[in-house]
Amino acid sequence: MTADPLRTIVATDCGSTTTKAILIEKVGDEYRQTFRGEAPTTVEAPFEDVTRGVLNAIAEIEDLSGRKILDGEKIITPSGAGGDPKVGVDIYISTSSAGGGLQMMVAGVVQSMTAESAQRCALGAGAIVMDVLASNDGRLPHEKIERIRSLRPDMILLSGGTDGGTVTHVVEMAEYIAAAEPRPRLGMSYNLPLIYAGNKDARARISEILGKKTALTITENLRPVLEKENLGPARAKIHDLFLEHVMAQAPGYKKLISWAGAPIMPTPAAVGLIMETIAKKQGINLIGVDIGGATTDVFSVFHGIFNRTVSANLGMSYSISNVLAEATLDNIMRWVPFSIDEQDLRNRIKNKMIRPTTVPQTLDELQIEQAIAREALRLALIHHKSLATGLKGVQQERSISDVFEQKASGETLVDMLQLDLIVGSGGILSHAPRRVQSLLMMVDAYEPFGFTELAVDSIFMMPHLGVLSTVNEQAATDVFVRDCLIQLGTCVAPIGQGAWGERCADYTITFPSGRELVKGTLAFGEVRLFPLAVGEEATVSMIPARSVDLGEGKGVPVERRARGGVVGVVLDGRGRPLQLPTKAEERVRALKHWHASLNLYPPTHTLPLEGGGMGGGGTSR
Amino acid sequence: MAHTYTPGLAVTPRTVVSKKRILPLSGTVLVEAGEAVTSATVVARAELPGKVHVVNLVNQLGILPEDLPDYVIKREGDRIQQGDVLAETKPFIKWFKTEVRSPIIGTVETISTTTGQIILREPPRPVELFAYLDGTVAEVLPGQGVRVETTCAFIQGIFGIGGETWGTLAVGVASPEDDVTAAHFTSAHAGKIVVGGAFVGAEALARAKAVGVRGIVVGGMHDKDLRALLGYDLGVAITGTETVGFTLVLTEGFGRIPMAHRTFELLRKLDGRKASISGATQIRAGVIRPEIIVPLAPGEQIQGIETGQWGKARGGIKIGDPVRVIRAPFFGRIGQVVGLPSDLQMIPTESCVRVMEVQFTDGSRAVIPRANIEVIEG
Repeated sequence: MTADPLRTIVATDCGSTTTKAILIEKVGDEYRQTFRGEAPTTVEAPFEDVTRGVLNAIAEIEDLSGRKILDGEKIITPSGAGGDPKVGVDIYISTSSAGGGLQMMVAGVVQSMTAESAQRCALGAGAIVMDVLASNDGRLPHEKIERIRSLRPDMILLSGGTDGGTVTHVVEMAEYIAAAEPRPRLGMSYNLPLIYAGNKDARARISEILGKKTALTITENLRPVLEKENLGPARAKIHDLFLEHVMAQAPGYKKLISWAGAPIMPTPAAVGLIMETIAKKQGINLIGVDIGGATTDVFSVFHGIFNRTVSANLGMSYSISNVLAEATLDNIMRWVPFSIDEQDLRNRIKNKMIRPTTVPQTLDELQIEQAIAREALRLALIHHKSLATGLKGVQQERSISDVFEQKASGETLVDMLQLDLIVGSGGILSHAPRRVQSLLMMVDAYEPFGFTELAVDSIFMMPHLGVLSTVNEQAATDVFVRDCLIQLGTCVAPIGQGAWGERCADYTITFPSGRELVKGTLAFGEVRLFPLAVGEEATVSMIPARSVDLGEGKGVPVERRARGGVVGVVLDGRGRPLQLPTKAEERVRALKHWHASLNLYPPTHTLPLEGGGMGGGGTSR
Repeated sequence: MAHTYTPGLAVTPRTVVSKKRILPLSGTVLVEAGEAVTSATVVARAELPGKVHVVNLVNQLGILPEDLPDYVIKREGDRIQQGDVLAETKPFIKWFKTEVRSPIIGTVETISTTTGQIILREPPRPVELFAYLDGTVAEVLPGQGVRVETTCAFIQGIFGIGGETWGTLAVGVASPEDDVTAAHFTSAHAGKIVVGGAFVGAEALARAKAVGVRGIVVGGMHDKDLRALLGYDLGVAITGTETVGFTLVLTEGFGRIPMAHRTFELLRKLDGRKASISGATQIRAGVIRPEIIVPLAPGEQIQGIETGQWGKARGGIKIGDPVRVIRAPFFGRIGQVVGLPSDLQMIPTESCVRVMEVQFTDGSRAVIPRANIEVIEG
């Protein structure tokens, strides 16, 4: 926190293609995001100076707001210069993912222990992890060395061993790294930054081996004992080196760093920080997802533990073809309410990959893109769950969600029943023509249990707010709650399965301000939407069938407050795990019925959902 | 706001192309500024560090790592031959002596008393950098490489696979609407770059490989045929290192799509000329598109095709600009801009976007999101 009162803040996020600027002003007692501007990022030729794009984006804010922020190529600080309140800002802050973001290689001794901790550390610091090396990763020494040499990361994080434990294996990894003579991605003239965060007893040997061949930084062991991770110090070092080495090599960044009133952060690190801040402040468990053109980032905070993963090749344009390859055609087509020739669909997806800026013009193209998004979101969450785990050797309680999970290492911390909020971000979610489409994409992909709120990021300002939270947490949380999030509503999803048309649960929804309560029975295979405006809350009482659970046990009634949003309250009786008919015509009919129930797309024609006519318990997954 | 305008791909009969040729690591530049080079000229050379071999001595000798110095015969930096003794035990009875011999020719890089392993390195491997283009060395970047410049006809494709190659252009079809089939490839096409029309299929690709074609330039292909050719499903559009026997450049995209008339006409006029092509594609920040470069003689002009404005700043789309639609439902169709409404319009998905009205060559008109067109650049 700063001692000076901040009234006017300009923040930018320098992305790979676009630099986005927002203006935040104190209006009365609260901070609000008031204007925004954007311009193409100018890291690459012909400009090769990131500050050009920043100035252009800020100039757009000047035009829209009437506030004079720039004096030539300088940002005027503080605000009120020359006695004019419409001149200057109190602070300029920024994040950056331009030029491919922060790309790291991590190494540890045991793959599921120190190597995994190192991976979590790098991901949490906002990096893309290019590879994870470990003594037991199955690769022969020369294969490891070849891999290290060919990668050319921005930075390496080496961990291994608990403090006081054996030094042999971590020294062995250091020897491999030294033999590979790794070179940095940008530039030929400097040594590759390497952070050592392993067994403290090996520090002297590590310095001998790597001190001359890399720009070595030594910090606290990120796994000092088996039962504890200590990721903070290594994460802080990653941020320091990101600024000192990586960003200093990128064109224009030295100037940008000199303008900024707080350290420039990697974009995903800033997004993670704001999520962590909000989760802690509101005492909630949340999942955030940012689905981009090339990658999908997933963030989670469960019981105060923050995790981030990047699914590097799951995206909606550059990597859209990879979603098809990983998800398979059948899994994508199960969400599409019509059939299409496989060859035609494959060609369409490849054409989107090679011309990534195109937009769907027809409804069927939109539905295909949203189907692909569901699968990208689903796969990215599976990836996230596999890494967002407890440490081995630590006792974990089993919960209902574990019934459906297969865990590779430790117990996943992502407990869908304890999840309070899902926040979606990225073009396909933030700019869906109807907000209910964003809601259903996330519900279909994540299959939340019980009561879960959903929201989308309006204009992707989470990076700006993350870095702002390091300067003024109040300003960041004010804007996050009031301007950043668009509340979609609440999904109520009973756990269990049954024949379609059978009773799933009885419900009573009591609305505020005298609106008549609604009562009814939710059948399996049904979804129902009850509008409830942003800022309103309703009391939802559910009496589940004997085999159905809403979080309190099978058949146990539950009453909870549900918050409204631009969509409202959705009762999802499709079962958990979600049931989709296996027969194509039944599946298409079910999808069309659900779409009509939620008013998901512009009307075409709707077929009635016949009780029990969907093939009973047959599912495609 | 950022421009909604999508820059098109170059199809130009005369321009100057400049290529930086950079070594993967520091080395020696072998040419001088102003020197004429051909595509096969080696312009720079470097030595890649040799492959590394790790031998665990302590396991083989049955000793402790800290005792290793008493057993090693070779020292760090020593040259070694295959079979040289690296370390040995010294028993009282020679019969029980254990030796560890070098599996390679090279040098001893490190001997570790912590891990007990010895790291050996093979001799460095030379790597040579070709000029890739027939042209002139415009700049020498000492220790790193050169910039080669050439005046040429230049065509960019939308997607390709395979690396840099060069050969004679051979137009294999009569019209841009024609498919290139297996029958089009004969032994006369060995070492050549064959230009097709609208489509190439799996059978034709197999035949091309069999006759030793060096490159194929065609309008479109099916994704399933690409998958069969590569042996895997290409997930991310970063290509250039594939080894399928030839370099492939698609000028339009996936599916059966006639090559743009201007592209085909230019290639037809260049039939029989030497071309350098690359399939390398990267569709992210730092976009790389596949390319066909045909060097021209000094002062030479390709008649009948207007020299356009490629590479120069342009103001955006204008009425009358030739455009290609790059998304369904009009994917691949070519027309002319006849309307540029400034207000956002709602399209059938209910998104509100900037649009343009396009008149196709058959006279029909359609309203299309601006993001879904590509200007055909000169």
